[in-house]
Amino acid sequence: MAAPLLPPPPDPQFVLRGTQSAVNALHFCGGTQAQGCPLLFSGSQSGLVHIWSLQTRRAVATLDGHGGQSVTWLQTLPQGPQLLSQGRDLQLCLWDLAEGRNTIVDSVHLKSVGFCRSSILVEEQLRWMLAVPGKDNDEVQILEMPSKTSVCTLKPEADAKPGMPMCLGLWQADTSLRPLLLVGYEDGSVALWDISERKVCSRIACHGEPVMGLDFDSQKARGISGSAGKELAVWSLDGQQALQVRHIHELTNPGIADIMIRPDRKILATAGWDHRIRIFHWRTMKPLAVLAFHSASVHCVAFAADGLLAAGSKDQRISIWSLYPHT
Amino acid sequence: MEPARSAVGLSVREAVHTLQSSEDGGRVLSVLGSLRRYLRGAEEPALPDEQEEFAAKHFSTVLRCLVGRLSPRWLQLSPGGRLEQLWGSFFLEGPADQAFLVLMEAIEGTVGPSFHLMKMAQLLARFLSEGRMAALMEEQCRPQTKPGFPLLQETLLSKVVSLPDHLGNRLHQDNLAQFFPQNYFPLLGEEAVRVLQAVVDSLRGGLHCSVSFVSRVLGKVCIQGRHKEILGRLVPQLTALTQGSCLWQRVCWRLVEQVPDGAMEAVLAGLVEAAPGPEVLSRLLGNLVVKNKKAQFVMTRKLLFLQYRCTTHMLQSLLGYLAMDNQRRPLLIQVLRELLETWGSRSAVRHTPLAQQRYISTAVLICLAHLGEPELRDSREELLASMMAGVKCRLDSSLPAVRRLGMIVAEVISARIHPEGPPLRFQYEDDELSREMLALATPRPAGDSSLEAGGSSLDPGVAETPAEIVEGSVPAAGLQGSDSELDSDDEFVPYDMSGDKELKSSKAPQYVRDCMEALTTFEGKDMERWEAALQALEGLIHRNPEATREVSVELAKVLLHLEERTCVAGFEKLRQRALVAVTVTDPARVAEHLTSQFYALNYSLRQRMDILDVLTLAAQELSRPGRLGRSPQHSSLGPGTQSSPALPASQSGSAMAPDWRVVVENRIRSKTRRFSKGAPRQEPAGGPNEFASVAGCFFFPLIQHFDRPLVTFNLLGDDQLVLGRLTHTLGALMYLAVNTTVAVPMGKALLEFVWALRFHVDT
Repeated sequence: MAAPLLPPPPDPQFVLRGTQSAVNALHFCGGTQAQGCPLLFSGSQSGLVHIWSLQTRRAVATLDGHGGQSVTWLQTLPQGPQLLSQGRDLQLCLWDLAEGRNTIVDSVHLKSVGFCRSSILVEEQLRWMLAVPGKDNDEVQILEMPSKTSVCTLKPEADAKPGMPMCLGLWQADTSLRPLLLVGYEDGSVALWDISERKVCSRIACHGEPVMGLDFDSQKARGISGSAGKELAVWSLDGQQALQVRHIHELTNPGIADIMIRPDRKILATAGWDHRIRIFHWRTMKPLAVLAFHSASVHCVAFAADGLLAAGSKDQRISIWSLYPHT
Repeated sequence: MEPARSAVGLSVREAVHTLQSSEDGGRVLSVLGSLRRYLRGAEEPALPDEQEEFAAKHFSTVLRCLVGRLSPRWLQLSPGGRLEQLWGSFFLEGPADQAFLVLMEAIEGTVGPSFHLMKMAQLLARFLSEGRMAALMEEQCRPQTKPGFPLLQETLLSKVVSLPDHLGNRLHQDNLAQFFPQNYFPLLGEEAVRVLQAVVDSLRGGLHCSVSFVSRVLGKVCIQGRHKEILGRLVPQLTALTQGSCLWQRVCWRLVEQVPDGAMEAVLAGLVEAAPGPEVLSRLLGNLVVKNKKAQFVMTRKLLFLQYRCTTHMLQSLLGYLAMDNQRRPLLIQVLRELLETWGSRSAVRHTPLAQQRYISTAVLICLAHLGEPELRDSREELLASMMAGVKCRLDSSLPAVRRLGMIVAEVISARIHPEGPPLRFQYEDDELSREMLALATPRPAGDSSLEAGGSSLDPGVAETPAEIVEGSVPAAGLQGSDSELDSDDEFVPYDMSGDKELKSSKAPQYVRDCMEALTTFEGKDMERWEAALQALEGLIHRNPEATREVSVELAKVLLHLEERTCVAGFEKLRQRALVAVTVTDPARVAEHLTSQFYALNYSLRQRMDILDVLTLAAQELSRPGRLGRSPQHSSLGPGTQSSPALPASQSGSAMAPDWRVVVENRIRSKTRRFSKGAPRQEPAGGPNEFASVAGCFFFPLIQHFDRPLVTFNLLGDDQLVLGRLTHTLGALMYLAVNTTVAVPMGKALLEFVWALRFHVDT
């Protein structure tokens, strides 16, 4: 083999320490906008949200809004510096961060205690759609924000029994205005919902274990999902809105906590329970790197708009990587 | 008749006289012209009676006279080469057999190179190129009545076949290309086809003909070893001609039948080699093997049992030929029975070369592929018995290739003889030989005549394939194209991913005793700990020699009895390395234990061989120079680390002040100027051979009991595999103990041991 010719795996560009508890959620913000230096938000097990400056590599602020319960999901809104944070205290908080403020301006009460991360779809300025796990075990609720009006509740047919939703992905094709939702369920299946018609367009069973993370590339109509099992599944969407499994990639160790495709759709990263971050080429699914830096399971990965990769782990560290930079 | 004869004789005698004496060009020409009238096909010919008389009695006289007159001056008698042309025409147009004989006689009679010889040779070349050889042979195929004919035919035969030899002997470097064997024999083949064509034509015309002369030519050429040249031309043409023509087939069969017994083998072997497949062979030979005893012997015994030079393809032709006709099929069954008998014979396995065993095996497999279910059923018991005997003595063999052959053939035979029973399966590596053999065993489809068709008729399927490929590639290209990004993978060079191993949850033991405990736990739960212990053991032993010595014998026991309980990668290697490490750490006691266990009851052959391997490796490790000074942790770093074994000692001894010797040497170095400096040479470190003191413990217990068979272990009997390993180990131990004091008694013991083995079956 040509193994000796391959370069050794790279080291992280830098490491952020100081969350003092396991890192569960990461989100990049800015970098290209005028609002200043790029920021990284991290949500920790202890319920705190840290805001890191990537320039000084220090935490610039800490948000405490979830009463010591773990923060599972972070997302910024495009209008103004507003942050959404989902915690296991069943609150989804909207933070106003403009001009150094850090106050909760709004919050949504969630009804599910699961680990399912929410998802948003920004339709136009000041109006966005939010998908959250619903009241019943297998439901997904769609809310119109910021009015918090419930649009609908997506409940699978009675005989389907897919279990709890584990991960959500709201998206909209460029050509149509119909919002679509991808849901990874507990039984290992991935389903595509048409929200306006409230029905399942297609559902594939691509994993034997609960789906833990998915990401979708709307331009190529192709997505990827990872589960608690050993396999990564690449599936695609055809013209009739039907999902098809394209490729199954076998991993060395089971368990994928999070999965994300880089915004330029060249590579993707997975967060593994085996302490490793894996990088794949998105088009060919060729494995590119196995980053073994963390000493405990990696919980989340996030890509910045400029391609920087962040990974948060149970070992309380956030590692920042610069791989295969944009050309 | 009488007056005509005398008239011809008179005029010929007169003409010959004139030719011999006259120097007048015009006269000679006119005489020759008048003689030419007697030749067949001349203008204004003489009466047929006279022509016949001339051809039978006077032609060779005239030719001899012409040969005798040939000289440059004589040819100059008439300008413009007319005389030469006329002279040549006698040889080329007259009866070919006589002309040929006279030409050969003249060429043989000439001594040394000369104008005369070259002229004759050129004439002979023209004779050949104008197809006169066909005329010659054709003449011999007609029914003959003349007295003395067989003698003439015999002479002709030998001259025709040995023409290249004669010409080569006479002409040396001046030999013409036409007379080279590689050119002459193909020509002869072509001529033979033309003769056969003429025979077929005359048979169609209702005339009687015999091909025996052609057969004899063929036989004689093949005996001379020129079968490739002549059959290379003959067979393809006959293949084409016999297709769909019964008459041609009958002529062909006759042609082979008429071959004299002495030449039958050469011709048949040549035909089997030249025929593209069994169908062609069947058309060319007919039921020859049934009719002709000699042919039967050659085809069913000689080519199969007495020699093994046929290629697989030839074997397929030969056995396929036997299988193609109902009259010949009993022969095939008989052949299979005999083949299997040979295959199963212990003496054949032991005394025949591997190539021949492979040949017989191949033949068996081909036979099986041709024979059907009912035919096999009749002789099932017999075949099974032969097979069982063969498999047994093959599996006993110490040559891996012989064992493998036995396995492959046994699998195929049992599958064919007992298709309903459970399949016999051996474990052997899937290599080229086994694939080839197994491919032979699958029966060929009935209508498989692609071999025969050659290039003439292309299979329509073949012609369509490229089109399909083109069609198939279009959608693929479309798919590629639809992927709008044409990013190359070049920028995404993967990093080294060799570290991507399975995650182990439990920690490796830290002490040798812990390892032993982990290895002896029999609960199935803690398999990961068991694996980790096995992997860590060697390093632990190296790091803690003291701790190891306390438990060395127990540890060796545990390791020796260790079984592979999970699929650990490299289990054998890990276990062996750990055992070697234990033995090296505490050589005397562990070696004593291991050697005593080697002859103990209740060990498998595998364990006994492991003992031998471990002893060899440990002895090698112990006897390696420079081992002493090395810290054991670095053992895996390779020879680069053993830079100076004395260094740690000198540092520890005089840590405070630098060694005075070093100071002095540095001073000398700084004051000395050198013209050139070689690379600093490291003196090989001298040290005692650690193996010397324990060599006896390794060696003598091993060599003591080899001739005392146990119930479960008989070195000189069935367990010769271990005997081979034992011999190797003893030799290695002897070699490693060279220059030690114990070497002399060891050598003596080894000599005695070898002496006892001198009549072993494997030697």
